[in-house]
Amino acid sequence: MVIWNRRNWIGAAAIVPWIGSSLLEEKSAIGLEPLEDSESLAWTHAKILTAAGSVINDGTLVVQKGTILAVGPSNTTVIPAGAKVVDATGKWIMPGLVCTHSHIGGVGAADGSSPIQPGVRILDSINVKDAGFKRALAGGLTTLNIMPGSGHLISGQTVYCKLRFAGKGPSTIEDILIRDGQDKPLGGLKMANGTNSQGEAPFPGTRGKSAFLVREQYIKAREYHAKRQSADGDQEKMPPRDLHLESLIEAMQGTRIVHHHTHRHDDIITVLRLSQEFGFRVVLHHVSEGWKVAKEIAEAKVPCSVIVVDSPGGKLEARDMTFKNGHVLDQAGVRVAFHTDDWITDSRVFSRSAALAVRSGMNRDRAIEALTIAGAEMLGLENRIGSLVAGKDADFCILSGDPLSVYTRVLETWVEGQKAFDLANPDDALYAEGGQGAGFELNPYLCCFGQAWQQTGAK
Amino acid sequence: MFKAILPGILVCLLGSSSWAETLVVKAKLIHTVSGKSIANGAIVCVDGKIASIGEIAAVVIPEGAKVIQAEVVTPGLIDVRSSVGLSGILNVDHDSDHLETSAPLQPELRAIDAYNPREELIEYVRGFGITTVHTGHAPGELISGQTMIAKTRGGTVQDALVFDGKAVCATLTESSQKSGKQSPGTRGKQMAMLRALLIEASEYRSKLNKQSKETDASDDSKVARNLKLETIVDVLDGKKALLITADRAQDIASALRLGEEFSIRIWLDSAAEAYQLIPQIKKAGVPVLLHPSMARANGDRENMTFRSASILKESGIPFAIESGFEAYVPKVRIVLFEAALAAAHGLSKEAALESITLSAAKILGIEDRVGSIDVGKEADLALYDGDPLEYTTHCIGVVIDGVVYPGESR
Repeated sequence: MVIWNRRNWIGAAAIVPWIGSSLLEEKSAIGLEPLEDSESLAWTHAKILTAAGSVINDGTLVVQKGTILAVGPSNTTVIPAGAKVVDATGKWIMPGLVCTHSHIGGVGAADGSSPIQPGVRILDSINVKDAGFKRALAGGLTTLNIMPGSGHLISGQTVYCKLRFAGKGPSTIEDILIRDGQDKPLGGLKMANGTNSQGEAPFPGTRGKSAFLVREQYIKAREYHAKRQSADGDQEKMPPRDLHLESLIEAMQGTRIVHHHTHRHDDIITVLRLSQEFGFRVVLHHVSEGWKVAKEIAEAKVPCSVIVVDSPGGKLEARDMTFKNGHVLDQAGVRVAFHTDDWITDSRVFSRSAALAVRSGMNRDRAIEALTIAGAEMLGLENRIGSLVAGKDADFCILSGDPLSVYTRVLETWVEGQKAFDLANPDDALYAEGGQGAGFELNPYLCCFGQAWQQTGAK
Repeated sequence: MFKAILPGILVCLLGSSSWAETLVVKAKLIHTVSGKSIANGAIVCVDGKIASIGEIAAVVIPEGAKVIQAEVVTPGLIDVRSSVGLSGILNVDHDSDHLETSAPLQPELRAIDAYNPREELIEYVRGFGITTVHTGHAPGELISGQTMIAKTRGGTVQDALVFDGKAVCATLTESSQKSGKQSPGTRGKQMAMLRALLIEASEYRSKLNKQSKETDASDDSKVARNLKLETIVDVLDGKKALLITADRAQDIASALRLGEEFSIRIWLDSAAEAYQLIPQIKKAGVPVLLHPSMARANGDRENMTFRSASILKESGIPFAIESGFEAYVPKVRIVLFEAALAAAHGLSKEAALESITLSAAKILGIEDRVGSIDVGKEADLALYDGDPLEYTTHCIGVVIDGVVYPGESR
């Protein structure tokens, strides 16, 4: 039986992990037996930001076979005999950064032929050789939600990727997918409202029409699902497969999280209204005017993935954008993550988004979580990634200092226990800093401002 | 003493008066940029000018002066190339006057006729310490128009204006090439059109010179005024620089070739691949108005590097870091942030600060007025509560011509 009611997911995602992780951490520090192991790696005497509620000033991180074995104070954390030990004195270690909203890979999903195309998959369009991935690693990123642009009400299915670029790097998109227990690639559904997804027919011309078109499709999906249920396995009675509607059903069942582009306060409220009507689990993205309706967002228990750009404007919807957005939302009780929207901001300076939020009052620890575990929660991956806790994937970055300082450099980025970026390697440094040959293979396909890219400032 | 300072800050930050009263700015650290930094220093501003500067103990504080305090004070920042004031926050026709696309060559378009001094992004950038902008027409047409220099204040363009018609903007990037059968469609054609215009202006100048010698010329035989050619004559005469936006090494080389052929002043703008042509640029004696560090590394800028500023500094080529032009978001960049990132990639903190103050002033030819904290210069200052380049520091106040304005809103 399908549960149509909206899952109280934020309760599970935003609160449980903190309790859960501290338990896990305790277990890792206490329950370890020393063992002989040549496949273990340990970094000692680093300042460790676990993003699980603790900052360890003299910490040790132990990694084994792609997984975190232990994290804790250097004087109490047991390192397996035979492990390779690196003295990380003076360095900082934090979880690999999670970007909930990226366009790396020269991506394109829905094609502008109609405003609602939930069956179109972004994973069929990604160029894994795009240098943007290497740049993201240079910024300490390890997980990306790769999304289509915002030029449609429903632009298609997003895909969650791990930057498994150690060694030769990936050959195909399959090499970087994150899969569930049934080996199915994980991803969300990109939706948008406001002006980006409006246009000439068949696109909506108004906000009212935008919401109507979306509701119409979700109702259709509901009815389609009811038919499939009543067929009860009888192939004769089954309606023909409809990839678009299947995708919307997954959204309503909560197995496909809706990642919703939205800027203006009233558009944000519209998203909350639709998500309540259809029970889809939603993350609000960009939310330029989120600070104006922070209380309502908090009451709806919906998390926000916030963009931080250097100035407001560029379009009317973003006029009231401010660095204080993250702080205000956080204070209101909204779970906050940041995202790059890469190419809107450069993945190499992702941690800067958190730093600018701190500049405007955001709590430091929350800002670090907003780069890591909060993003993991918004992708439904908080049990696997986003914090340095025993049992989780060994995704982390090693920094020269405080991630919120402009002078800090990402020295190494590790994905599932493999070194995927090393600033000391000139090939990797090229992507970190730029220079001849660091260019991209492809330009992104991003809805409405594709032309603005090319025709600089055309009126 | 301290009691007197705090209300002073509040009063001046809340209600910026539009006249310059005697002002004293005290700081734990004053970056003069032109000389040594001063610890525990004071700056006295009288009639909008810097009257004295030194260690607090050594400076005479005028009686009745308004006193404000900061951790760190720098000269007011200068954005060496922007489109702020012409390219508005909403990015719609109503507030977008940075690029006229009706023809590829329109040097006659003046920035002062398009600059909106009340554009909210001007106030926004001022909040981070920017007191002077060299702004004007954006890249995107072969010649898009002129630039001007303004202080980031004023209700009318005249109030804000420092210099009208500083440079003429040319573009040698993909954005200035047209599709279909319109010109210019290729790099070769771009250069041919620029050269033809410069030659035409040179001939026009000859006619004007000849006419001025023939005192008896009748009205009928007078050379008709031509605003386009008059502007290019200014370039030929060195009164205006030809600012050429070019990123690819080959386009930078074309810009230098043009400068050499016509003996005109070239300013290289953006110049993502300048690091590939260091000897050539140095030989040409051309300054670089360097793209923002966080410019997007796509298209013509795909080979840009965070290290460009430090490479230019080491080579001795005059350069300043610009905000440039943004078509979408962020609608305007903050040179303070762009210089900060350069400081994280090889440029010293001092050089980073210089690249958005005195170096910019020198390129723009206004170093006698602004760009450093020196006696006699205009009292343009930026006040911070820490290292100005650090992400989490705040600009807590700005001084322009001795008048205090609020810092960034938080």
